[in-house]
Amino acid sequence: MIKFDNVNKRYPGGHEALSGVSFHLKPGEMAFLTGHSGAGKSSLLKLIACIERASRGNVIIDGQNLTRLKNRHIPALRLKIGVVFQSHNLLYDRTVFDNVALPLIIAGYHQSEVGRRVRAALDKVGLLGKERVMPITLSGGEQQRVGIARAVVNRPPLLLADEPTGNLDPALSREIMGLFEQFNQVGVSVLIATHDHDLISRLDHRLLTLKQGKLERDGRTTELQTQK
Amino acid sequence: MKRTSVKSTDTDDRQRLNKPRGRVNAYFTHHLWVLVSSLGVLWRTPLATLMTAAVIGIALALPTGLHVLLQNVQQLSMGWEGTAQMSLFLKPGVPEKRIQSLADKLRGWDGVAEVQYISREQALAEFRELSGFGGALDSLDENPLPAVLVLRPTTEATEPAQMALLLGKVQKLESVDLAQLDMEWVRRLSGIIEVGKRGVLLLGGLLALAILLVVGNTIRLTILSRSQEIIVTKLIGATNTFIRRPFLYTGFWYGLMGAVLAWLLVAILLGLLSDPVSRLSFLYSSEFSLDGLELETVIILLGSGIALGLMGSWLAVGRHLQAIEPT
Repeated sequence: MIKFDNVNKRYPGGHEALSGVSFHLKPGEMAFLTGHSGAGKSSLLKLIACIERASRGNVIIDGQNLTRLKNRHIPALRLKIGVVFQSHNLLYDRTVFDNVALPLIIAGYHQSEVGRRVRAALDKVGLLGKERVMPITLSGGEQQRVGIARAVVNRPPLLLADEPTGNLDPALSREIMGLFEQFNQVGVSVLIATHDHDLISRLDHRLLTLKQGKLERDGRTTELQTQK
Repeated sequence: MKRTSVKSTDTDDRQRLNKPRGRVNAYFTHHLWVLVSSLGVLWRTPLATLMTAAVIGIALALPTGLHVLLQNVQQLSMGWEGTAQMSLFLKPGVPEKRIQSLADKLRGWDGVAEVQYISREQALAEFRELSGFGGALDSLDENPLPAVLVLRPTTEATEPAQMALLLGKVQKLESVDLAQLDMEWVRRLSGIIEVGKRGVLLLGGLLALAILLVVGNTIRLTILSRSQEIIVTKLIGATNTFIRRPFLYTGFWYGLMGAVLAWLLVAILLGLLSDPVSRLSFLYSSEFSLDGLELETVIILLGSGIALGLMGSWLAVGRHLQAIEPT
């Protein structure tokens, strides 16, 4: 699903965010991405969503090589990737329903289909009944769940999350991680960038650790407990 | 939190989605939705919307109003052109008999519909009656006025070129002192109208440019104020076409509102002018009254308003949407 082949990312000005990163996330696999801030987590996610382009090496998503992807094909790629942001990135001038429906409307779904899928997605994240509410009136955890509903509503094969629990307390964070595991169980590939070691050490998934732009370790989250 | 099992209905969804009718329907529904919602967004800030629409409206009303006025003047002068006539002032001392035979000769010419003879005495009487200088005439020893043959061309011969030809011919006649086209000024007027029309066109062009800039700038500000939203929708996978759509419809609404406003303005102005114009034309014992906006003019007005709105927003969107990319 995600394949990095000796990827370098150098920003204008010479800062090298990633160097020689290679890994392969198979379809249906779930992995965490960790590392100190500045280790290159965000850059790696940006390369996957084609927000940035690799300076060297190949990034292959769902069989598509992003190095050669034309700009006009980027939207179609992004429709295949559900992204959950730390800052939710909701549109605060429209209802929860309209926020979640956005990817479906972009993809051109029929009205009746949109309603059905939005309710299904909101049901999954436990927010059914809040469709007509404006996002600003919701708590941080609820807003994050709206963001997740939006990311999964058109059933993308790949789900990316950038510090999805960054602003949440431990109980809410566990709940959110539970949601991601549920989506993974039905076959969605999931990659989550996080620095919350306490939270992920209790789970058992693949763990990619970045350090100063290099892939330092490719192991399991359970190893975090033995490290302590 | 409710834990519901996730049923995969992906395959039948895809099949339903791929039905062309469903796609097309969804496409039109979406367009309609964007059309209405962009109007809704404008509606929420009525004052700002009205001000932009008013600028466009005034800019459109100016050339439209001038065009309608020019059309009216042209209408008026066209009525006069039909009554074109030529006055042949005869040399003094030409005997009555020769004048009569000359009149008969002229009646036989091509393009001459009617010849009227006004003798010196008749001319004097007429002058005395109309000018109010009767007293002055009395102090003169003899009648200073020449005899006149008034020549009215046939309708086919009122063409300027043929009139000029006829004028040249009568001028060469031996008894004719001076031949004069009475309606020369009508042609000058129509010349002035032509100049005016060109002026309206040029003015319209300049104002169209102004409208493009006004709409473009307004849309530019809207884009900037919604840049966060644009970034988010781009991240979700929106194409540029999708993002552009609401802004283009906003431009469409501005253009339409401006054009309707211009229509109203011109209609009001014509309404205010029509009474005094009727009174004035009554004084000239004319039946003339101001024509309102023709359907054709209204259609062109609405069409150009919408086109300018769309073009203005297209320019702004093309320039500024590309610059807003997620980082």
